[in-house]
Amino acid sequence: MALDIDGGPGREAGPLHRADKDSRAVRDAKRSFRAMGLSASAVGLAVVGGILAIISALGSKISFLGWFALALPVGIVALSYARRAEERVVDVDGAVSDERRSRRARRVAVLAITLGSIYLLVLAVWSSWDGFVDVANTFFSWDNISKSFPAVFEGFKLNIAIFIVAEISVLIWALIIVVMRQLPGRAALPLRWIAVIYVDVFRGLPAIVTIYLVIFGLPLADLPLISDLEDVNFSVLGIQIDQLFILGVLALTLVYGAYVAEVYRSGIESVHWSQSAAARGLGLSQGKTLRFVVVPQAVRRVIPPLMNDFIGLQKDTALLNVAGVLEGFNLARIYAGNNFNLSSVTGLGICFLVITIPMTRFTDYLVRRDQRKTQANS
Amino acid sequence: MALVEVRGVVKKFGDTTVLDGIDFEVDKHQVVCLIGASGSGKSTLLRCINGLEATQAGTVTIDGRLVVQDDIKLNRLRRDVGIVFQAYNLFPHMTVIDNVMLAPNKVLHLSKSEARERAEELLARIGMSDKAKEYPDRLSGGQQQRVAIIRALAMQPKVLLLDEITSALDPELVNEVLLMMIELAQQGMTMVVATHEMSFARDVAHKVCFLHSGHILEEGPPQKIFTAPSHQRTTEFLRRTLESGKL
Repeated sequence: MALDIDGGPGREAGPLHRADKDSRAVRDAKRSFRAMGLSASAVGLAVVGGILAIISALGSKISFLGWFALALPVGIVALSYARRAEERVVDVDGAVSDERRSRRARRVAVLAITLGSIYLLVLAVWSSWDGFVDVANTFFSWDNISKSFPAVFEGFKLNIAIFIVAEISVLIWALIIVVMRQLPGRAALPLRWIAVIYVDVFRGLPAIVTIYLVIFGLPLADLPLISDLEDVNFSVLGIQIDQLFILGVLALTLVYGAYVAEVYRSGIESVHWSQSAAARGLGLSQGKTLRFVVVPQAVRRVIPPLMNDFIGLQKDTALLNVAGVLEGFNLARIYAGNNFNLSSVTGLGICFLVITIPMTRFTDYLVRRDQRKTQANS
Repeated sequence: MALVEVRGVVKKFGDTTVLDGIDFEVDKHQVVCLIGASGSGKSTLLRCINGLEATQAGTVTIDGRLVVQDDIKLNRLRRDVGIVFQAYNLFPHMTVIDNVMLAPNKVLHLSKSEARERAEELLARIGMSDKAKEYPDRLSGGQQQRVAIIRALAMQPKVLLLDEITSALDPELVNEVLLMMIELAQQGMTMVVATHEMSFARDVAHKVCFLHSGHILEEGPPQKIFTAPSHQRTTEFLRRTLESGKL
């Protein structure tokens, strides 16, 4: 039976052939739902939700609380009811009673959904309370977080240094790849192929495999530039720059360059061809058209997905611990091993959040500001 | 010698032949209007003249220079051939003045201040100096189209191609753009204009070409085309346009 989702009040039964297929009982039920201002889908959802709520309530240790779970389905029905009532107010001008009923229903809905959600949270905590205490002791021991923090933060500074350098090199590297892929003419065919193969391979390889290959494999290959790196050792702002650091950045650049190249490409392809036509029509070469007209518009459009990849990159700096880079996660793990407590890892997690969340908000703000400036009606 | 010479140009998109052997020429300081129904090939012809579309046969010559599909030669050629599109195609991420300055600065290699001076002068000419720092999206269609025209003029082209530049405008905005086109014609700008504005073609053009399914069916001075067309299809087209109130 097809659920009648748009059968609002004031609408008679659907087309004849459909009415014929439903049994009398179903038809009657639908009609009475509609008369109450409910759509069959909301009722269906509520029934399913109610059954789940009852099962969960019966299964839990404190079954009386379970009955409160019914608040969720009740809330859904009430919301649907409120909507219908509001629609009716719009349909029939001056139906004050409906407006009042709608407002009342909406209040009930909000209350029911809030209570239901709180209940589910309480249930989750309550039913696993013993486990919760263990988890809290292992991961949220304030004592251990604060004791391990100086060392972890020292390591986290290395994460920051790695991702700042890697982000810059990813931006440039990915741009080179995507421009290579867009080069015109038969002469550039091998370059286009290289770009395609690079993206396919490094997007497909697990990041951890690339990290192994670059950090342990490249020095073995005895390549001229790479083996020169062995002697690199200096420090900038207290950060030790050595071969390991450079290879780590290189590995992350190779991994994230492949993603970001695809993000760029989607942006470039989303700029309408008429923009290129206008630029070429003014005599700009293909390269200048890309540089001054297409890429600036493309980058603006892909900032949100670019942010995604950047946050991914920041977090994946922690993967470098497998190659022995003494970054935050590695130090947190060492503390955890010595003290049989994982709170140091939580401390590191907080460090990451403190960076990524404000950064996301700040980018959102920049994008919005740019849109306000360049777009009408915004 | 004519400034623009088109000889036997054929353009196909896959199996569809859009231009089927076009011959015409434009002299210096001449305004040539291309008229004809939508899809008759007016826009494609303009895009072939400045090499935005490759042709399958025939030649286009501009000021003695052959248009060939070679990037470097085309870039050079397009300094002399300005084109303005129906949809303005201003660059939305740049202010009005940056739009106008871009090509003189990056193609003609004028210094920033020279390019700015040139752009300011042109903006003043169309009375839009106060909009220099605005972004295109905040302007009316008519204003955007006028900026697009001076963006092309900033390159000081020898010939200007206008591709139905009033067709996307609200009726009350058409006039400001038409007036600008008339002014340019009076100043002696060589122009090839694809248009549905028959009054402009009648009053301003030196020559009118009627395109029908890839051919120039008829060409001549506007007096002749509009009063005594020699071809049945021209008569029909003009009658239909007249009925829709475009004259």
